[in-house]
Amino acid sequence: MRFLFKTTYDQDIRLFQHPGQVWSYLALLAVMIVAPMVLSSYVMSQFTFVLIYALVGVSLMILVGYTGQASLGHAAFLAIGAYTAGYLQSKGVPFSIYFPLAGLLTGLVGVLVGFPALRLHGIYLLIATISFSFIVEEILARWEHVTNGNEGMRVKSLELFGHEINRGSDYFYYLCLAVLVAAIVLTLNLMRSPTGRAFIAVRDSETAARSMGVDIAATKVRAFGLSAALTGFAGVLYAHKLSFISPEMFTLALSIEFIMVIIIGGALGLHGAILGAMFIVMVDPFLTWLKDDVPGFVSSIASLLGAGAARVKSIEDTTAGLASTAGLKGLIYGIIIMLFILFEPYGLYGRWLKIKLFFQMFPLYKKATFKRQKVYVKTERNR
Amino acid sequence: MLDFIQQLVSGIALGCVYGLIALGVVLIYKTTEVVNFAQGDLMMLGGFFAYTFIGILGLNYWAGFALSVLAMGLVGMLAERLLVRPILGFPQFAIVMATIGLGIFLRSIAGMIWGTDDLKIETPFSTGVVHMGDLVLAHDKLSVIVATLLLCLVLYLFFNKTRLGTAMRGTSENMLAAYYMGIPVKRVVSLVWAISAMVAACAGVLLAPITFIHSNVGLALGLASFPAAVLGGFGSIPGAVVGGVIIGVLQTLAGFYMAEGWKNVFPYIILLAVLLLKPEGLFGALGRKKV
Amino acid sequence: MTSLFKVENLSLRFGGLKAVDDVSFEVQKGEVFTIIGPNGAGKTSIFNLISRLYEPTSGKLFYEGNDITHVPAHKIAKLGIARTFQNIELFENASLLSNLLVGRHCFSKTQLWQELLFLPNVKYAERAHRHKVEEVIEFLDLQAYRDKLIAGLPYGVRKVTEVARALCSEPKLILLDEPSSGLNVEETDDMSFWIRDIKNDLGITVLMVEHDMSLVRRVSDRVLALNYGKVLALGTHEEVQRHPDVVAAYLGA
Repeated sequence: MRFLFKTTYDQDIRLFQHPGQVWSYLALLAVMIVAPMVLSSYVMSQFTFVLIYALVGVSLMILVGYTGQASLGHAAFLAIGAYTAGYLQSKGVPFSIYFPLAGLLTGLVGVLVGFPALRLHGIYLLIATISFSFIVEEILARWEHVTNGNEGMRVKSLELFGHEINRGSDYFYYLCLAVLVAAIVLTLNLMRSPTGRAFIAVRDSETAARSMGVDIAATKVRAFGLSAALTGFAGVLYAHKLSFISPEMFTLALSIEFIMVIIIGGALGLHGAILGAMFIVMVDPFLTWLKDDVPGFVSSIASLLGAGAARVKSIEDTTAGLASTAGLKGLIYGIIIMLFILFEPYGLYGRWLKIKLFFQMFPLYKKATFKRQKVYVKTERNR
Repeated sequence: MLDFIQQLVSGIALGCVYGLIALGVVLIYKTTEVVNFAQGDLMMLGGFFAYTFIGILGLNYWAGFALSVLAMGLVGMLAERLLVRPILGFPQFAIVMATIGLGIFLRSIAGMIWGTDDLKIETPFSTGVVHMGDLVLAHDKLSVIVATLLLCLVLYLFFNKTRLGTAMRGTSENMLAAYYMGIPVKRVVSLVWAISAMVAACAGVLLAPITFIHSNVGLALGLASFPAAVLGGFGSIPGAVVGGVIIGVLQTLAGFYMAEGWKNVFPYIILLAVLLLKPEGLFGALGRKKV
Repeated sequence: MTSLFKVENLSLRFGGLKAVDDVSFEVQKGEVFTIIGPNGAGKTSIFNLISRLYEPTSGKLFYEGNDITHVPAHKIAKLGIARTFQNIELFENASLLSNLLVGRHCFSKTQLWQELLFLPNVKYAERAHRHKVEEVIEFLDLQAYRDKLIAGLPYGVRKVTEVARALCSEPKLILLDEPSSGLNVEETDDMSFWIRDIKNDLGITVLMVEHDMSLVRRVSDRVLALNYGKVLALGTHEEVQRHPDVVAAYLGA
């Protein structure tokens, strides 16, 4: 077990507490940089999605994990970023202008959403963000001369400094990686400075925060604005990745997917956003694998166990039928959400921390270390 | 004028459905401060059960109705036992997400078991109209309105004339204190979920002749019932029904008189307006933390 | 002695209930002023009025001669008034150090964009805040709990952390709401020594609500007795203790 002997304040203020952390993150970065040269383009395409989802996950961590607000409306912010990029690109504006502009515009919308959100708590805020998402979706569908309505908008490939970056190319992956790393560094900087601590104060006790001089209104608005801006940046990348956007891609289901990133990854830290994003993006390939490979696998096991040829064939067909039912994805999502909230409230990152603690404290680890105290419902109406 | 009254009646019928769903949500919220986002899907499931009993097994309409209501009561208790009880002390956001997950799960399971086509059942109200002068009112809409009134009366008597109502309110304020006072909290919570699910099932069966039974009907109606609950004040049972009727009427009128596309968004615009101007809704009251 | 804080005809009504009824008193600079009274007398309500978490129905508050009756709650800390809470309002999921650093929030002068990039001025500011917080930690002997999460700390330590957090904002007036409630005899003794040190070493004026009469007797310069929101008596501890109204309120007439 590692003990840190601290002699200066800087060791607490720094990003990395000890050299081991620096080396491991550098190694991770090296692996991510080398990946495109080793892995297939299909895997790299999925990875790029992971990066974009992780970026939205980081923005949700700022709002939900650190400031304690709720939002099921982030698909709307993604849409605003995506459509700003698409529209400005069609007007000939270069990437280096419309990228920051999209983020700024979405951030502004986030600030506007933040103001009414000041008076709303918990469930009311959640419902308000859902409504906001619906209204934005409807506006995108109706505002035809800007967004092309329900027909959707084609987004040409990225052009940076005169070079065209195709959405499948390695350079696009590096661009997304750079944006994600920058976002993570910015967020970590934020959380170790007064505004970040104010976010946590607002989450844990508004009354006490107010008495300490934290302007609750300004803090919440800042949180919304930052979160929306990051999602706006992700929207630009999303638009280029898909090369075609339409209002029905930005529904409540997408917002729920983003929240799932936080639930699966855990709201303990930014690692959770990345782990959650990986998990969510893996669901589609998992379903394809279920459809293609699993029936054969199951039937071969059945024949190994001695079933007749006809029986094997019928087993294979049933499994294939089950695996390709429409709505299987919804089923899996629903089960994942419920199972994670029931059994892994701290998410995958929490599970990783528990495993690390197990090995650090071996053999003195106690399972009750993370046992949740049974808390009885006390009304949250009087917050 | 005639058109207006037609639309009004349609709106009231739609509003009654919203109100019934919102009633279920508010019931559960009053007891455990859990907001059940799966209420619309419970309603949908009630409709599917009715289809199985009436359409497939060929039972009498009323018998099928009663059976599906009872079956949904059991489903509600099961959902509470397996999903809600273990996580009851968690932060509200987590519990809400769990119910959202439940809703998604129920929708997909229904789609897998009963298929994704629209299903019809034979009801005594599917056809048949009432003539009032030049006005033609369909039986299916009137049945919804009458049934809602009956249900409200039954529930009012049940909650105000029995000790269960007080037990429920005590449980929602402070569960630990309720335990100490001898209230069987776990049984109360199970019962409330069962009642909510049964109310939702009634709504589902009554809705069947109007919009056919299919697995997506729960999502749209379920989400649109939240503006109803908020408008009525989130802790108020009569408020939920009143709010639902108001929203149903306004939405139908908006769909008839305003441009295309406003109809779907209208409840949410009302919701945002209410949240900004009068968050307590019509009948609710906001509390304040004592430090 | 100059008047630091003055309350004039303060009233607070919740519907028909008068929580605070026409209360007036003055706190001199550098003294320890205690408010006593049976439960429900309105003591914490007065604190909430002073820290502007409640709006008074009528009356005025004066701090250093200025009228602060309508100053928003989050500006009170910057003026130099800090408070602790009767039911601990700490940030449960943060470390003790983070809690205390939030106490320094009213002194943060860095802009959002500077913090995002963590420019050198942010780092220097962080070091300065940390230095001051360490002084408070040393003053109250909290070194052992510096990095622990509040959620795992015992009640006595949390009470002291509340006081520490209030001290971090370098107040001129500190409001202590029942500092010894829930503490055993030893911890109450420590608390009385700390209150005395806050008054003598740090020169901070203390306005306190307390039930423990031995602590009140040891520490306070002047005492105000309340009942049903009304002032019963004001004076030194002996004067108030002997006042017939106070005796009637506590022991029955």
